[in-house]
Amino acid sequence: MAGVNERTEQAVAAQAGSQKSSSGMSQDAIARLMRRRGEESKWWWVVPTLYIVFLMLPIYWLINMSFKTNSEIISSLTLYPHEPTLRNYRIIFTDASWYSGYINSIIYVVINMVISVAVALPAAYAFSRYRFLGDKHLFFWLLTNRMAPPAVFALPFFQLYSAFGLIDTHIAVALAHCLFNVPLAVWILEGFMSGVPKEIDETAYIDGYSFPRFFVKIFMPLIASGIGVACFFCFMFSWVELLIARTLTTTDAKPIAAVMTRTVSASGMDWGLLAAAGVLTLIPGALVIWFVRNYIAKGFALGRV
Amino acid sequence: MDKTWNNKAWFLVLPVLVLVAFSAVIPLMTVVNYSVQDTFGNNQFFWAGTEWFEELLHSDRFWAAMGRNLIFSFIILAIEVPLGIFIALNMPRKGWGVPVCLVLMALPLLVPWNVVGTIWQVFGRTDIGLLGYTLNAIGIDYNYVRDPFDAWMTVIVMDVWHWTSLVVLLCYAGLVSIPDAFYQAAKIDGASRWSVFRYIQLPKMQRVLLIAVLLRFMDSFMIYTEPFVVTGGGPGNSTTFLSIDLVKMALGQFDLGPAAAMSLVYFLIVLLLSWVFYTVMTNYDAER
Repeated sequence: MAGVNERTEQAVAAQAGSQKSSSGMSQDAIARLMRRRGEESKWWWVVPTLYIVFLMLPIYWLINMSFKTNSEIISSLTLYPHEPTLRNYRIIFTDASWYSGYINSIIYVVINMVISVAVALPAAYAFSRYRFLGDKHLFFWLLTNRMAPPAVFALPFFQLYSAFGLIDTHIAVALAHCLFNVPLAVWILEGFMSGVPKEIDETAYIDGYSFPRFFVKIFMPLIASGIGVACFFCFMFSWVELLIARTLTTTDAKPIAAVMTRTVSASGMDWGLLAAAGVLTLIPGALVIWFVRNYIAKGFALGRV
Repeated sequence: MDKTWNNKAWFLVLPVLVLVAFSAVIPLMTVVNYSVQDTFGNNQFFWAGTEWFEELLHSDRFWAAMGRNLIFSFIILAIEVPLGIFIALNMPRKGWGVPVCLVLMALPLLVPWNVVGTIWQVFGRTDIGLLGYTLNAIGIDYNYVRDPFDAWMTVIVMDVWHWTSLVVLLCYAGLVSIPDAFYQAAKIDGASRWSVFRYIQLPKMQRVLLIAVLLRFMDSFMIYTEPFVVTGGGPGNSTTFLSIDLVKMALGQFDLGPAAAMSLVYFLIVLLLSWVFYTVMTNYDAER
């Protein structure tokens, strides 16, 4: 009896010991693994930091210049503004020919964003849920428009919108930017919609929802983040494009990016003003990027990550 | 997901079709129209047949711009892709470093393209720019306005600055999707850092890398605004890429016929590349 007990105790002790040692080992292994991945060593931050410094240096230089007076910019190279001034920003915010550039840009970008996402939503639903005659060809054709060089379209756009008397209107630029933004929105939204199980649609239809009511009440809230990301990318690609926007506008709808080229005057370049205008164009992107940081790769990859 | 065959889905696609047709098909028809006609002004057009295309395909100017553009695209890819992979591998996977890295790295992607040009134009100037001034101060003769080599360097560094983050973000998205179990298995097998990269990380990044390479190739093939602002295509013609040449011809000189012919050839090349992109990508999707 005693022998049996002893043996059992031994076995239990041995088991406990082995458990202890195995869990100890696995913890150790996990800890090593953690070091191995991501935080490879305590020097993991060196590469990202160097890269970010490389990225920020030119931007810092622009911001630095925007707070300097022109005489300081030209006379000596200073790493920070010795006589900080807000003169450059004051000119932009008080002179209508400057700030209207920002307003024009924002107007056509927002019009474009609304049009692109509104027409892309049903189309993306069709592509993600149904097969239909010529769907693959259509999808490919949309892609080619995203890839088309704007330079090819600059001249025909100018003539097309002249014929309709739309030159120098916001709607002309907004429509022209649909060329690349609608395909982009379709691709991104299709990516997000394919992630929603089809059973949801079927259940809703059985419950007696009509298609428009289902789409607005149930489906759109489900892909809300996708809609946000699509809006952001339409906003962004319309905001950064210049060639078409500049070709289609003369004065009334001229985007800020084109207004910026005016800084050459009789007294030479107004570098401070140019820099201040440039800094202000960075702000919209910098503001919204936080909200899409986890989706930005997906957007650039046309919804395919 | 299996999709139902339903031709009524066409009604959902119709708005997109109409809109994109308006902004793509009509302009393209205009281009086709011009490419086969000659004009002496006053809206009088004459049939020119394939004259412009023959002229274009025998013009040194077109092939030189094409050559420069191809060289540019290959240099860009050779720098940005390995650099992007390297940075993505060294990015933190968790903690406060992740959002900071993502946001700061994505910032150049959101800068309007001509402001990118302006930033580098100012940054590279020898009198008021930090880069140009420093390079000259340490004894390197650098002037992107006069020297073609320096102009190329500036345009390439600018593009690396502008777009490497795209490769980084895509690769990073691929890397974080690798489950821990893969690394644990590699650990047990005693795999080296290189074999982890070669047999686990690289295959998992294949798909995003494909997208990154093709996007970067296409976008660098139609680059216009950034080099135009920095160098204006100069000095001489040394940084005149296809788009810059085309805009010069179409909007600067209003040579409608030759410009239209060039647009079509350019567009056909891009179409071919898009087709390759699409086929490779859909094949890849099908395999998975």
